[in-house]
Amino acid sequence: MKFQSQKVAIPYFVGALALFLGQIVFGLIAGLQYLNGSFLFPELPFDIAHMSHTNLLIVWLLMAYMGAAYFIVPEEAQTELYSPRLALVTFWIFLTAGALTILSYLFVPYAHLAAITGNAALPTMGRGYLEQPLPIKVGIVLVALSLLFNVTMTLIKGRKTSINLILVGSLWGLALLFLPAFYFPQDTVKASFGWWWIVHGWVEGDWELILGALLGFILIKMTGVDREIVEKWLYIIVAMTLISGIIGIGHHYYYTGAPAYWIWLGTIFSAFEPIPFILLIAFSFKMLLARRREHPNKAAMLWALGTPLMAFLGAGLWGFMITLAPAQYYMHGTNFTAAHGHLAFFGAYAMVALAIISYAMPLLRGRIANSAAAQRWEMTGFWIMVLSMIGIALALTGAGLVTVLLQRAADDPMSFMQVQDKARVFFWLREFAGLAFFIGLLVYLRSFFIAGEYGYAGEMKQALAA
Amino acid sequence: MATEISVDYPQALPGDFAIWIFIFAELVVFAALFAAYAFARSAHLEMFDAAQATLDRAYGYANTLVLVTSSYFVARATQSIKAGRATRCGHWLAGALGLGGVFLALKLAEFQQDLAHGISLSTNLFYMFYLSLTFFHFMHVVMGMAILAVVAYKAYAGRYGAADHAGVETGASYWHMVDLVWIILFTLVYVVH
Repeated sequence: MKFQSQKVAIPYFVGALALFLGQIVFGLIAGLQYLNGSFLFPELPFDIAHMSHTNLLIVWLLMAYMGAAYFIVPEEAQTELYSPRLALVTFWIFLTAGALTILSYLFVPYAHLAAITGNAALPTMGRGYLEQPLPIKVGIVLVALSLLFNVTMTLIKGRKTSINLILVGSLWGLALLFLPAFYFPQDTVKASFGWWWIVHGWVEGDWELILGALLGFILIKMTGVDREIVEKWLYIIVAMTLISGIIGIGHHYYYTGAPAYWIWLGTIFSAFEPIPFILLIAFSFKMLLARRREHPNKAAMLWALGTPLMAFLGAGLWGFMITLAPAQYYMHGTNFTAAHGHLAFFGAYAMVALAIISYAMPLLRGRIANSAAAQRWEMTGFWIMVLSMIGIALALTGAGLVTVLLQRAADDPMSFMQVQDKARVFFWLREFAGLAFFIGLLVYLRSFFIAGEYGYAGEMKQALAA
Repeated sequence: MATEISVDYPQALPGDFAIWIFIFAELVVFAALFAAYAFARSAHLEMFDAAQATLDRAYGYANTLVLVTSSYFVARATQSIKAGRATRCGHWLAGALGLGGVFLALKLAEFQQDLAHGISLSTNLFYMFYLSLTFFHFMHVVMGMAILAVVAYKAYAGRYGAADHAGVETGASYWHMVDLVWIILFTLVYVVH
């Protein structure tokens, strides 16, 4: 850490991890409700647990990316953050709004919530990921504007590196792509176009650029490879992301009432979407091989190398499996989609957030890396979480296959609930894997509470104490 | 008597290695698009041939000539910089940029004509491919021009020289790829039936 103002990233990272923990708890509850529909009913119905799970995911990732921006932009620009106070105030507003949203889901019936927050005046509520009441959506825009103002002003007064330009540019994209949340026409075809541009516009385009910028920053810092080389790779990755993603998002327009040519365009271009992830793998491992130093933060390196691999697996491979129109015809809305969603969100977007947290937090706490003991906890957490998330994805893939075989492609299709019964074993496996993930997360979080720093002095003290 | 043996080692790829990874990725993308076109065509042979006959090949021939010439200009720009003549290199690149502009203008005129005839992505499968393939390539010409513009600016600013010309080769390699893809695209979509 080079600038005092980078410290505003700390509350963002801590807040993000707290919300992450909350997300997993709701995930476990929702997973159990697949097996026992009356679990916690009527206090916490499945739809509420489910939307708390997905909303917390989005909010904690946004919070982590904002923290990452407040950490990276000043360091790259070689100047203090334009307004650290604004960043802190924004954090508390964001956290309060996020907590209020979840509490209102839990304690106010959704229809009543819609009535008291002015949804009749400007309908925005009810769509997946966008369940937030109107004032919260306006709040999200204001928080985003505050972040953009702060980092853009910092960028303007400081050094303009490619990493900063890509990062700040994609944060602008993130904010712009949220605006269709306010567009909810009666026409369901138009409404679904708008809906896909938001969260899926993020994950298939804009957030890939954020991921590239964060990974590029971490790799420059940790490997000591020339900035120029990293930047060239980033430009190629950005270009391939946009070439594949902008039209590739058309794989969501199949059979929705959109023109038929989207079946071709969506199929062809979405098939290219794994390419940027393959490039990310090539990039990060090439940087590893060309490294000029051994950074003591092994855990951060593990996250940084794990991210592109898991992103390729979850977003690239599992995404490709369901993206071609003839495959999607049978797989639409089955647990294949849930398997892809879990592995992609974790492998690409949660892991890159954990990578930057892993790199930045020790520095923010005044040490280059955590003690070897703390890193062991963190890396154990890494492996448990990664393997159990693969377990969740495989279990959900099994459940999806059951649906396709017994319902979608069957001569004598079974009803939805019959199929759910047949897939029970996979829902059990998913719940066990989820539990393992939760344990992995606790192990990971434990690493933050192990004192001491990396280095001979630190290691020696610990050895003597033991 | 000792004989001096000279071995011609294959030269490394011109320009920056990163651009070749990008070119490879781009060629994979276009290859998949052409394969999809071939797949669709094989199922609708007569419709594809009938619709293809309505295309205005004059535009296609003209644009092929324009792009091939621009590739020649870019090659001359590379030669110039290797000879240490930066300004001349800049001129050749500016010429290539001008030809890129001509390509875009001709293509826009052709799109305008298609639009006037009521052709859209929904008309039929052939026009869907024709419009999306040519538009996708159109965007690549725009991107290639952006790269050439940066290279030309740097050439005029004296940032390249006889010893340091990787940047010019990088831009030239990408531009040749854009040209190459057009030649295949033109043959496939406008001519072969």
